[in-house]
Parts: sequence; C-alpha cells; structure tokens
Amino acid sequence: MRLSYPSNIRIIRLPCTGKVDILHLMKAIEQGADGVYVVGCMEGECRFKAGNLRARKRVEYVQKILDTIGVGGERVQMYNLSSGEGPKFAQYAEEMTEKITALGPNPLKRIKDKKVA
Amino acid sequence: MPGAYAISKLGTSPCKSACPAHISIQGFIALIAQGKYKEGLELIKQEHPFPAACGRVCHHPCEEACTRAKLDKPLAIEYLKRFLADLDLNEETRYIPEIKEKREEKIAIIGSGPAGLTAAYYLAWQGYQVTVYEKLSVKGGMMRVGIPEYRLPRDILEAEIKVIEDMGVVIKTGVTFGLDITLESLKNEGYKAVYLATGLHLSRNLNIDGEDLPGVLKGVDFLRDSALGMEISLGKKVVVVGGGNVAIDVALTAKRLGAEDVKLVCLETRSEMPAWDYEIEEALEEGIEIINSLGPQRFIEKGGNVGTAEFKKCISVFDGACQFNPSYDESDITVIDTDNVIVAIGQMGDLSYAEGQDIPVTKRGGIEADPVTYQTQLEWVFAGGDIFYGPRSVVEAVECAKEAVISIDRYINGLDITKDRDHDLKAVEIDPSGEPEKPRVKMSALPVAERKNNFNEIALGFTEEDAKKEAERCLSCGLCSECYQCVDACLAGAIDHQDKEAEEVIEVGSVVLCHGAKPFDPSQFEDFYSYKSHPNVMTSLEFERILSASGPTMGHMVRPSDKKEPKKIAWLQCIGSRDTAHCGNGYCSSVCCMYAIKDAVIAKEHAEEPLDAAIFYMDIRTFGKDYEKYLNRAKDEHGVRFVRSRVHTIDPIPGSDDLRIRYSDEKGDICYEDFDMVILSVGLEIMPESVELSKRLGIDLNKYSFASTEPFAPVSTSRRGIYTSGIFQGPKDIPASVTEASAAALAAGLELKDARGTQQKTFVVPDELDVMAEEPRIGVFVCNCGINIGAVVDVPAVTDYAATLPNVVFADNNLFTCSQDTQDKIKDVIKEKKLNRIVVASCSPRTHEPLFQETLQSCGLNKYLFEMANIRDQDSWVHAYDHAKATDKAKDLVRMAVARAGLLRSLNEKRIIVNKRALVVGGGIAGINVSLGLADQGFEVVLLEKNSELGGFARNLTSTIEGNDIQEYLKGIIEKALNHQKIKIITNAEVVGHSGFQGNFMTEVKTGDSSDINQIEHGVIIIATGASEYKPNEYSYDENKLIMTQVELSSLIKDKGLADIKNVVMIQCVGSRDENNPNCSRICCQGAIKNAIHIKEENPDTNVYIINRDIRTYGFLEDYYTRARELGVIFIRFQKDEPPRVESSGDSITITVKDHVLNRDVMINADILALSAAIKAADTEKLANTLKLPRNDEGFFIEAHVKLRPVDMAGDGVFICGTAHSPKLITETITQAMAATSRATTFLSKDEITLSAVKATVNPEHCAACLVCVRSCPFGVPRINEDGVSEIDEALCQGCGICASECPAQTIHLNWYEDDQVMSKINALLEGELS
Repeated sequence: MRLSYPSNIRIIRLPCTGKVDILHLMKAIEQGADGVYVVGCMEGECRFKAGNLRARKRVEYVQKILDTIGVGGERVQMYNLSSGEGPKFAQYAEEMTEKITALGPNPLKRIKDKKVA
Repeated sequence: MPGAYAISKLGTSPCKSACPAHISIQGFIALIAQGKYKEGLELIKQEHPFPAACGRVCHHPCEEACTRAKLDKPLAIEYLKRFLADLDLNEETRYIPEIKEKREEKIAIIGSGPAGLTAAYYLAWQGYQVTVYEKLSVKGGMMRVGIPEYRLPRDILEAEIKVIEDMGVVIKTGVTFGLDITLESLKNEGYKAVYLATGLHLSRNLNIDGEDLPGVLKGVDFLRDSALGMEISLGKKVVVVGGGNVAIDVALTAKRLGAEDVKLVCLETRSEMPAWDYEIEEALEEGIEIINSLGPQRFIEKGGNVGTAEFKKCISVFDGACQFNPSYDESDITVIDTDNVIVAIGQMGDLSYAEGQDIPVTKRGGIEADPVTYQTQLEWVFAGGDIFYGPRSVVEAVECAKEAVISIDRYINGLDITKDRDHDLKAVEIDPSGEPEKPRVKMSALPVAERKNNFNEIALGFTEEDAKKEAERCLSCGLCSECYQCVDACLAGAIDHQDKEAEEVIEVGSVVLCHGAKPFDPSQFEDFYSYKSHPNVMTSLEFERILSASGPTMGHMVRPSDKKEPKKIAWLQCIGSRDTAHCGNGYCSSVCCMYAIKDAVIAKEHAEEPLDAAIFYMDIRTFGKDYEKYLNRAKDEHGVRFVRSRVHTIDPIPGSDDLRIRYSDEKGDICYEDFDMVILSVGLEIMPESVELSKRLGIDLNKYSFASTEPFAPVSTSRRGIYTSGIFQGPKDIPASVTEASAAALAAGLELKDARGTQQKTFVVPDELDVMAEEPRIGVFVCNCGINIGAVVDVPAVTDYAATLPNVVFADNNLFTCSQDTQDKIKDVIKEKKLNRIVVASCSPRTHEPLFQETLQSCGLNKYLFEMANIRDQDSWVHAYDHAKATDKAKDLVRMAVARAGLLRSLNEKRIIVNKRALVVGGGIAGINVSLGLADQGFEVVLLEKNSELGGFARNLTSTIEGNDIQEYLKGIIEKALNHQKIKIITNAEVVGHSGFQGNFMTEVKTGDSSDINQIEHGVIIIATGASEYKPNEYSYDENKLIMTQVELSSLIKDKGLADIKNVVMIQCVGSRDENNPNCSRICCQGAIKNAIHIKEENPDTNVYIINRDIRTYGFLEDYYTRARELGVIFIRFQKDEPPRVESSGDSITITVKDHVLNRDVMINADILALSAAIKAADTEKLANTLKLPRNDEGFFIEAHVKLRPVDMAGDGVFICGTAHSPKLITETITQAMAATSRATTFLSKDEITLSAVKATVNPEHCAACLVCVRSCPFGVPRINEDGVSEIDEALCQGCGICASECPAQTIHLNWYEDDQVMSKINALLEGELS
C-alpha cells in the first residue's frame, strides 16, 4: 500500500513475537534507543497459539522495570494487527513516534551528555 | 479501475490502422492532451521522418477512418502532427534519433525523395553508413520540386532533411545514376546494398496536334522550374489540362506566377476527378475555373504561340471493366482561347539508367521488385517509391521505404528477408453513439487576397491551445493509445506492444476447464437501473475498487459525481440473478449476499460520518460455514439495514446527484427511498467465449451455459478426460472454488497416475562447502528495483557505505537483483571473491528469500548464510518523500544486516521419509471417497468407521433433489471399498492415541469391546467424521409421530407414499439460525423443496406449505424453488421472533403463523408436519482432543484457512472433508472428499520432506530440567529425556522460539534467530548512540 509513516523506525524480524526476549528490549533501551515496540498478530490469531500473549507479558514486565529505574515504561509498547492491516501499521508507527517525541530522548543519553559536559 | 498494473487494449485504433506509415496517432494525440509534446514528436518520428512535411501535404486517410467522423467531424490529425513537428523544428535543438549501434556497412540510395530519404533515415538509425545520390541540385525530390512552396515551405523541408543529415547521412546532389555512378562503381566502392527511389520526374504526353507549340508546357517540368526559381513567362490566360493533384498544383502555381484567368480542364466529371477534394476546394477558392468532361483535341497556333485549345466532349472516362478508356462525342467541340496550355495528365519515370545495368523494368515503366520485400532480381538492389508503384503520396513512400529497410537490414545480416512480413493492424470498431459532440478546431489560413503573386504558406498552423482542445476530442478507440511511454518507463523492458498471439500444440492427458464467469452487465437494463447514465449507480465490483486502498480514490469512500462521501448507500441484490423475466438467469449467483454484506460493513468502517447502509433483498442467503454469524454481526453490531423488498426502478432525482429507489415492500406496498449512491449486486454469468470453447471441446452445457455435471461426479464434464472447477461448474464462492479446483486436480491426475513424475526435473545442488572455519567474507548486493528503490534511496551511496562495513569484501548494486542474469552475476562473484555470507538489500524476504537462497545453494553455500535488508517495503515505499532520511535508513538496515550476516552459521535441514499410508477417520460418503481416491492411486489406506457398517448418515437418505438414487450410489462405493486391495477397513473403531508428525504419524485404534489396540503408522490423516440430523426439541416433535424431520419424511414418501395426505406443512430453520446454533444448515431449504416437489408430483391435490425465514436455494437449486412454486407449493414467511405455533393432539396438528402479506395469523391444519432440522456435527470431542484438532463452537472442525487452504487443517499432513467441516450436500461432500484426497496425494507423492532448520535446540549442559520449556511450548514438543534434560524433536518443533525466550538458563536457542544474531542487529543499529 506504500502508506507513508515516520522514517525513524527500524524493523527487526523475528519468527514470532513469542521470540522477543526481555533482554532484547532492555538492551535496545540500554544502548540508546528512544523507544521500542513489538508488533504481533491479533490476540487469538497467533500462528503459534500464544506467542503474542507471552510477548505482551514481557513488554509489560519491561515497562515495569523501566518505570522503576526512571527511564519510563512508556518507551516500550506492544501493538497487535493482522498481516493485511497496512493502514493500522502506519497508524501505530505514527502513534509510537508521537508518543516518543513527547517523551523526549532516552534519558540515558542525557546522562551521557552530562558526563561529556 | 484496474487493481493491478495491466495494459488494456481493445486493438489498433482506426487512425493508426489507416495510416500507411502506421503512426501511433491515438498515442501522440494522448500525449498532446497531456502536454507531452516532445514525447509525442518522438513517437511520430519512430514511424515517420517527415511529420512537418506530412503534417502539411498528407492526404490523411487517418481522418477518414477516425471514429469521430461518424459522430461529427474527424479529428484534425494532420494538423496535430504538424503542431508537434513545428514545435520541434522551432526548438534550439531538434530531436535527432540516437543511432542504435554503429556499423561499418555502406549503403547507397539513389534519389533523395521521400522514399530515398526515409530509407536513409532508418538505415542510419540502425547504424549503417548511408550515402544518398541526387540527380537534381536540390534535396527532397518531389517534396522539393513537385509540391509548391505555398503548401510546403522550403525551410520546413530543409529542416527535416537536416535532421537526417545530422544522423550521419551524406546527400550528394547533382549526381546522375547511370552516368556519374553505376551499380558497378558502387559495388567497387564497397557498398553492400543499393536502394533505387528515383521517382517520376517526366510528364506524360497527350500525343495530339499542337503539343509542341511554344506556350504549351509540361506540368511536372513547370512545377520543377517554378520550384527551382527559373524564369517562366506566362500569359494572362492559362489552360491546365488534367484533373489530378499535380494539375491543381500547376493551376495554383500559374496563378501565383501572374496568370489571371486559369482554367482547369479535365476528362473526368467533378466526382471522378482524381485530385483530393480539399485540393479542388482550394482551387475553387482561389478562382480557378474547373471545366469537366472535356478531352483535348488539338492546340492551335496563333502568332507563333499557342492561341486556342480545342476540346471534345468526354462521354465516359472508364469502360465497363472500370479501365481508363475514355469515349468522346467528337461532334461536341469546345474551343478555349488561351496564352498557355500546361499539360498535367501524368508522370513518368526516367529509366534510362536501367538499360545497360541489367536492372529489370516493368512494362508500365517502373522498376520490377518483390511487392513485399522490394528486392529486385539483383539481390543487393532494392527499389521503392513512385518508380516502383507509380505516383503516390509522401506517407506511402515512407511506408514503402520502411519495408525496404527491413529487407536491406536482413539481407546484410544474412537473415530470411521474407519471414513474418505481414502486419496485422486490423482496426477496432467502437460505437461512438452517446458521446457528446465537440466541434473540430479550425486552422487559420492565409486570406485568399493575400495569396496572390507569392508562395507564402496558406495553412497557418495550430496554437497550443488549439492543439490541446482538438486532442481532447479523441475517443481513444484502441483504449491503449500505444504512446509507448510505458515501454520507456519500464526499466526491466517487460513491455512488448508487438507481442502477438501464438498457437502452440500441447499434448495432454486431461484438461481442467476453470474459465470462470463474468459479472452481469446491468447496462442492458438502463430503464430500470440508470447504470450507464448515472455516475452514482455502480456495480459491486466497481464499488469494491472505491473501497480499496489501491483503488482510484486510494480507499477514500467518495461517490463519483461530486467526490463527496455518501451518507446513504443502497445495495440492490439479485441483479442479473434469479431473474427469468428480464435476463433469463434463473439461477442464484450464490456469492452476492455475502459480498454485499461485507461491502456494507467495510463501507461503514470507512465512512468518516455515520453511514446508512441498506441492503434491498428478496432472501438473504448466508448459507456458508459461519456466514450466518457474519450476517448477524453486520445487522446487530454494525447496524447494516436489511430491507426485504422487490425493487422496481432506480430514478435519478432531478436537480441533484441522488437517486430514488422505487420498491414494493413485503406487504406489496409501493415505497420510495432516496440514496446518495446505489450499488448493484451483480450476479455471475458465463462468457460467450466459454460457450464457444465448450462447443469446440464437445462438452455439454446446462441451460444457463454452465458446464453440465452429474451429482455424484461433480467435476467431470460430459466428456471423459475433461474436468471442470470453479464458477464454470456452477456459481460459487472462493472457498468452494478452491476446494473444487483441488478436486478437479485429483480427477485429472487420476487419469495420469502412471505418468506421474516422468517429466519432473530435479534441481541438483552441489556439495556444500564448509565455510564455518573461515573468517566471514560478506558480499552485499543492493537493489534499485527499477526505480522502486533507486528513485528514493541513493543506491550508489548505500553501496559505497556497505563496502566500508566490517567483513564486507564486495558490494555492488543492480537494476533488478532478482533477475536471472543478476543471479548468474552473483554466482560468479561468490566464486570469484570466495564470499561465504551474502546480504541482499532489496525487498521482502517473504517473497524473495527462497530465490536468493537457491543462488547460494547452487554455489555450495548453505542457504542459511543469507540475510536480507528490506530497503523497499520498509523504506523507499514508505518514505518516498524524504530521500535523505530514506538513504540514511537504508544504510542502517544494511549495517544491521551485515552485522547479523557475520554471525550466521550453516544449518542442516532434516529430511524425513514419508510413510505412504493414509488414515481416514469416518466411513461415510466423504471417507469412502477419500479412501477410494487414494487407493486407486496405489496408496495404502486404513479406513476407520465407528459404527459396524460403512455409509454414515447417507444410509438414511433416499435421493438427491436431481432425482439420483443415493442408496444405489452408496452401495456401489461401499462394495468397491470392501473389495479394494489397498483399503483396510476397521469398523467399530475408536481412536485412542495419536503421536508423530507429518509423514510419520502413529495412531492407536481400539476395535469394539476388544481391549486390543491397533497401532497404525501413516503419513497423513483425513478427518471425515460427518454429521447427522438434529432431533428437534421444538414444535412438539417428540409428542406426535405425524411430526417428523425432513429425512424421516423422505423415507415415508419412498416407503409408503402420501396418497391419502391432504395437507403437509414444513417448518424451516428448526435448530438452525437460533441462539443455540447461529448457523444456517445450508441443505434444509432444498431438502424441504425436494420433498414438496415429490409430494406435489405424486398428488397435485395435496396442499404443501413451507413456512420459512428465507429460502436459500443457492446456485441451480433456485430452479427447484421455481418449480415448487409452479407446482403450487405455498411459501409463508415468518420472523425469527414470531415463529409458527404448533398445537397437536392425536391426529390433528394445527400450525398458526403470521402471514407477511396479509399481516395476520393464518391457521393451517396439517396431516403431516415436517421439520427441516439442522445438521449437527458428529460428537468428535474425544477425537479432537486426542489428535489436538481445533473445532468451532458447533463442533465442526476448523480448516487452516477458509479460502487458501479449505481442506487442510493447521497441522501439516492433516486434512478434512465432508460434513465434519460444515453442513453440505452429497455433491459438495464428494467434491470436498476429492479435494482432500488431492491434497493428501500431493503430500504422499513425495518420498521425503525437508523440514526448515529454524528449530529450537537445547544445550543440555546448562539444562536444569525446570520444565519451563515443557510448559511454554504451545505444541507440547519439549520433553525431559532419559538423561534428565529437555529435548526438542526437531520434526515436531514449529520454530516459534517461545521456549528459547522463556528458558531461564538461556540454554535453548532458536536456529537462525540466536540471541547473538538478534542482538547484533540491535548493537549495529544503536552503535555510537551513547558513546
């Protein structure tokens, strides 16, 4: 459909969101990503039955950790859509970008900037 | 509104067809309309080197052929061509065709007229070294010395000739062939071919007295002398003899040279004159007197000069054989006083050069050559133009020369010059009626008064505004204008407009006809639908394009008339279906109800403002699996309005773009409602071409022209070896079509079973190289994807960047990385640079990964040493407006891919031997058919039946609605199954255990009360557990034996007849379409009608009432509904919330129902009440649990994908068919059983299967046997083995990676997605973010 969406998103391919590891999410934030989101199939439509439900749990877990350490759990999100829903993919990309833009850069970068200063 | 890239052609437009040079006239007109003037000119110049000249002097047969001529006036094609040509000539740099490929061969052309120069132009374009020899001192032949300057200005002609010279053609003037040069001298100079186009530059004589007198001139000489600026003294009175174009030009030239009284005298009557009408008009306009039907007798001297010309009356010019043979009345003499006579009665060629050079000449005074190839008897000498065929126009010379160029080129290259020389450019005919008339734009002309004594151009040309306005008159007859812009745009060179149909003979053993149908065309009933005349009335297919994101409105739901979002849309059902009165299509098209509901729901979802979507229908037919649930959601959740009605007409509302629907409601009252848009739910119809094909193939069609098939052989046509599927078999939806296609594949394959695999080609993979010990050597191939990527992303920059990345030893970019030649290139590079990891930055791995992996494999590289960066779908397509950011992103994606590639390992795919035995569960019609189908192909089958006998529910059935005996059929197939060597039947069977995976299952079966367990090893399993008739709780079924189900009624009719029965009432939807079972049971309507027809045919006096909610006789079943009504069966509708009430006591049954027409209760006393009971799935709960197979709420098994895999189940190697899937007719069950057999056959035909290597593996060293993996696996694959650690069977593992993510010890990893590989991408992406 070639629907335009913000160009600041990079996709990493996995066979199922069930393969998304807590560590993957944490590492991305740790290394300076401003936000990470997981896009899985609609709940109840997982090819592997429950992969996306597990992914959601892990995302929620990471959110809690990030909230605790002050980075902000909102930087990590989970979205669900069907493979045919291009417009929704673009919509979520917009949403996530707006959300992260509102949150500002990853605070770990600020720490780095302070160090430099 | 195309949904994909396609070029729609109706054929060659009449103008192009009529043009001797076959210029893409519609094409350049379309380009003018778009302001693409340069492209337009280049298009013309492909076919014609003299558009400026021909744009002035052409006799334009194209305009005569123009379709608009039938409507008002033809397009001014000639002037439009001139407009483009003049624009180019006035440019600073003119268009000069690019020489294709320089060649050394020299070619000589004799004569620089239109034929000679055209040949020079095309030969030079091909790259040949061309010299043109011209006898006169000027270039251009007759264009220069025959056509007067006021028609074709010198500078225009010179400019066009200059273009040819700029292409490298040398034109030598003042050289006489036969004198200064000869064939021999040319040969000696190294010329490879000669083209003779010397024209007709001599005048014919009258051979009468006085022709030699001073003052008597020759027409051609006169024009030439005038053109060359020689002194010509003319008197005041001039008589021109002749009626052709030359005579007219002579007359007008004489006038310009000072003659005051010019008379043109000719043999012919006005209508016979060979001159073109518009030239005659022009002559008259300038005061030339034309005197017809006079033949010259003699010219008489007066004072040393001609003084009088004497003519005799010409009675007729042509004789009975239409030959030129004038007859005269010698007594009728006309005498004209004159100062000069100019004789312009014809031209001749000067063939003095032919003698002595052995150049063959014809009796008529021309050169002899082949009329197709233009080759003379001297094989290196070719001829063309006037000297070959006599006096003709410029455009004809162009065409003739183009053909000669083909011959010369082939001759020089040693090719067959006669092959494929016919051009099939038959014109399309379109009916322009209804198109609005548009006046032809007039070209301004020099006023007559200003034309005297000068040779200034008369026609003054079109302005840009004129040209555009005129171009818009084009009716685009050919649809595709053949402007060839797409040819240039397509970098892959995939478009070939010259492609022709080819006939091939292919020997086959079976044929499957699946040529489908076309949507009904509602334009034939304009009075009712206003479809053609009103933009806001569209067909459902057109509306679907509007809803489509790739459609003409990009998915914005707007109506065509004003591009505003509609607030109210009506769907009208049964357009072209169930309509014997108008179109004759008595059948139901089966699909329209569902698609209308779907479109209404989608429209409501798309609408920004609340949309009122109303469906006007007779019966809603949502009879498919789970379709009724969809209907309920549309009604209850989305608020789609359903109006039971008969629509009379759609009328435009004057003064608005809205439409008024006139319909009668259920009570028969006439109602009106206004809508913004009306969608016609058009039905399906067989195309006339299909009927033709069927005739040729000799297969029978039914009365609606669909393939005729038998209920028990649903995909076999009347001719053995020819099968059918899809809508050509009968109207049906996608799931049914896909199912039927598999069934037809089986039927076709059964005929060919001995030939299976004999023409198979095997792809030989070389031995794999072990590269794991080597350092990564990565090759990166960046794709432009034509312009898909290259137009947005700076591909060279990305390539350069890739080359700087770690481990990358090679980086390059390609126009199309997926093309075959690029694969060969990649293979060479892999070998040459010893690459051991490959990254392709292009499109989606979903579509292209396998292709590139194959390339790796053919070089001995493991296919998992491959990675893709999707810089198209994820980048250039979605960030098309920011090239810099898209390029940055592409670099990131490539860097990430390279990082991962460096960590990839070779993986081995497991191969599994396929056990070729099938297990069929269920011994009804479906199961038996599957067993026979597989066994007949040589596969072993174990057939399980839970009862003691085969046959399933069909044992209770009597006949099909078509009248076929079910018991006889059943007996036949049971007998076959029992006697089949390959089929092992286990009755009283119960599945008690199941394990294994596709190709290697093991199922445990218990028989009867025996405690023995049969262990059956098999490769596939087919579920055919069937269904039965619901035993109603409703309508006092249990209380009275005269209240029975339809199946029971069928048996009663068969066994006892119903002779003494007076009243039979039937109630539909018993146990269907209610809260307990929301689905429609599909077969009950036809079941009731079947019984009703039996009763009525047996005893017409019996009253039969069918109390129903909708009658769902889809497809050809509709005919039986019609038949039942004709027989007097009474149909009474009831609402779901007002069901009929039944009171029964003893022999008396009273049914009370509210009649929808009378709107009041009706009481019927029935002798028999038949309940159309639902279809209930067999109890398969235990089986489903043992086999781990999903079922829906109603207990029917769920297929893997409704449309794409309708008989597969989600697990590999498991198939489903029959009523275990959903309620269906026996015919449909047989089809589905054949489909499941076909799918199973595909699997069983393989000796082994290869499993993906993307599997989870356990490193036992760190496994704590914590059971997290065992619990988390959705498929229950991991188990704790004898060593006390987790083990994952790679054959069973589905590769989702859930266990790997859950494992607390991180000792499970998923191949190809190992943690370091995933992490490497994150690291590569974010490197430097924090440092």
